[in-house]
Amino acid sequence: MSVRFDVRAFTVVVLLLVAALAASVVLIGTGDFPIPAADVIRTLLGNGDAGQEFIVNELRLPRVLVGLLVGASLGLGGALFQTISRNPLGSPDVLGLGQGSTAGALVMIVLFSGSATQVAVGALVGGLVTGLAIYVLAWKRGVHGYRLVLVGIGVSAIVTAVNGYLITKADLVDAARAVVWMTGSLNGRDWDQVWPLLGLCAVLVPLVLGNARGLRMLEMGDDVAYALGVRVERTRLLLLVAAVLLTAAATAAAGPVGFVALTAPQLARRLTRSPGPNLVPAMCMGATLLVVADWASQRAFGADQLPVGVVTGVLGGVYLLWLLVTERKAGRI
Amino acid sequence: MLVDSPPEPSAETAPAPPTRRAIRAAGLFVSLAVLVLVALASIAIGAKELSLEQVWHGLFEDSGTYGDVVVGERLSRTVLGLLVGAALGLSGAVLQALTRNPLADPGLLGINAGASAAVVTAITFFGVTSLSGYVWFAFAGAAVVGALVYFLGGSRGATPVRLALAGTAISAALYGYLQAVMITDEAALSKMRFWTVGSLASATNTTIEQVLPFLAVGTVLALALARPLNAMAMGDDTARALGAHLNRTRGLSMAAATVLCGAATAACGPIVFVGLMVPHVVRSFTGPDLRWILPYATVLSPVLLLGADVLGRMVARPAELQVGIVTAILGGPVFIFLVRRRRTAQL
Repeated sequence: MSVRFDVRAFTVVVLLLVAALAASVVLIGTGDFPIPAADVIRTLLGNGDAGQEFIVNELRLPRVLVGLLVGASLGLGGALFQTISRNPLGSPDVLGLGQGSTAGALVMIVLFSGSATQVAVGALVGGLVTGLAIYVLAWKRGVHGYRLVLVGIGVSAIVTAVNGYLITKADLVDAARAVVWMTGSLNGRDWDQVWPLLGLCAVLVPLVLGNARGLRMLEMGDDVAYALGVRVERTRLLLLVAAVLLTAAATAAAGPVGFVALTAPQLARRLTRSPGPNLVPAMCMGATLLVVADWASQRAFGADQLPVGVVTGVLGGVYLLWLLVTERKAGRI
Repeated sequence: MLVDSPPEPSAETAPAPPTRRAIRAAGLFVSLAVLVLVALASIAIGAKELSLEQVWHGLFEDSGTYGDVVVGERLSRTVLGLLVGAALGLSGAVLQALTRNPLADPGLLGINAGASAAVVTAITFFGVTSLSGYVWFAFAGAAVVGALVYFLGGSRGATPVRLALAGTAISAALYGYLQAVMITDEAALSKMRFWTVGSLASATNTTIEQVLPFLAVGTVLALALARPLNAMAMGDDTARALGAHLNRTRGLSMAAATVLCGAATAACGPIVFVGLMVPHVVRSFTGPDLRWILPYATVLSPVLLLGADVLGRMVARPAELQVGIVTAILGGPVFIFLVRRRRTAQL
């Protein structure tokens, strides 16, 4: 098997990683007790003083790690969904996975006034059940990408209505809590959220990348992929399960942070200018996007004032617009 | 690549055989009859039970009795439901044809986001609290965003993908703003959570008068676009060869869809899904010819909307479920059933 080395894609991945790490360091230094970047790095390497060590390692590092992992999971999940459904709008946001998780979380918040852990479990269950329901309902001698998207939209509409109903039924305090959760937030995330997510990514990311070749073939259509020796349905099921798990776990950890899954693969594809699923660039893009957004929200509105989901929406939207305008000037669209 | 399998190019240059046309025309009349029945049900059924006699009395010999007042209220609600339903279905059908994407709905082009952002601004920064006060804000928001999407989408050179991406981008930015306001302002949250589910309950004659001119203009425009949009379904090059004015058609379609959906959203909040679903249902028995899809969508969307509204009043008496919730819970399974039933090649 020949391996084509795409210099531009490689450069983009490296640059995105550098950006993500730099933003992480700056983000760790940001807060009510600012720490200079040099001190952050020294503390991370294990040479800081006790006070800084506590703040960095116990309070801010887990939050940043959750941000990186959630962003990467959403970016990868989004890229998988968009490739399998062959539609740039076929992201988990659109397919209703986010809404499914939200429904699970809302049930916990509104009906049981549950704790943060219960809400996370509810979100995870909600997301997985929704993913399963979409797959089963879309199944008909195999899952065709397009049917998947349409069924997902149907399921999404139903669940969104249920969510709207739950929110109108909640009292105002629960409703406010629900809205913050639904926006997606990194506030108060600690090591308890990092480990499960990290473990899941450690299993799923290699699995997905190992099947990337099959995915690339799938993009050419089922028949071609079949002729090229890809087990179409098995590959698709495997990748879909991975995408659902990634998205549901990310959502359980941070709430349905909007538009990362939708925009990260699009942005990555435009930066690398290479066809195909662009899985790794999408993953790096998601992580960068989320951490930069969290930093921006802390800088612009003060520590923990506004959840990161607000900023990912605005940032992602503005960047997408900017891309549209510049690409048009360059005559590429 | 936005579309997996674009709507099949219609072979409608030659008129359909008369029998099929007759069947379709008959079907349209049957649909109209169903619509009338649903509208009557919408007037007769509600928290206060009325006999048919009272309904008749209220409709034609209004003398100000309690029953007459109830009928009057339900009448404005029904009329608004008719108008809004038709507008949503039409705008959905036009947008799906324009973007050649069966997933296109008014929400995709940022219209819901624009209206929502404008309403939340009105509540928080201008202290507007009445629903008839929201209307102009919502409409302005929808119109501004619609125009913005069109220009960012490339105005004259707009392609379906660019329009959809521009809509998504603007929605993303606006929802960020919306959530920021709702998180920081509790008063806005307490109002917005009821507005965003979409309801006909607050319909008054004032609202109807406010949005009627826009809906009328939009409907006429949309129906007139059936033929050029048919040509565009065959692809840009073919359409151009057939003498279609691509840019003009795109601009007018955007305008029609924005006006229709903007006015509908202004009147009763973002009711999702009607605009997405009804054109799909219609297409399953009319085929891809927009000259049939558009009229059918105009008639059948209000059937769905009013039917859902009536049901919402029946299941939760004496309170009611908002129509936006019922349409989704009712329409979702039907939609999934349709998607499953049809061969994928037709999607």
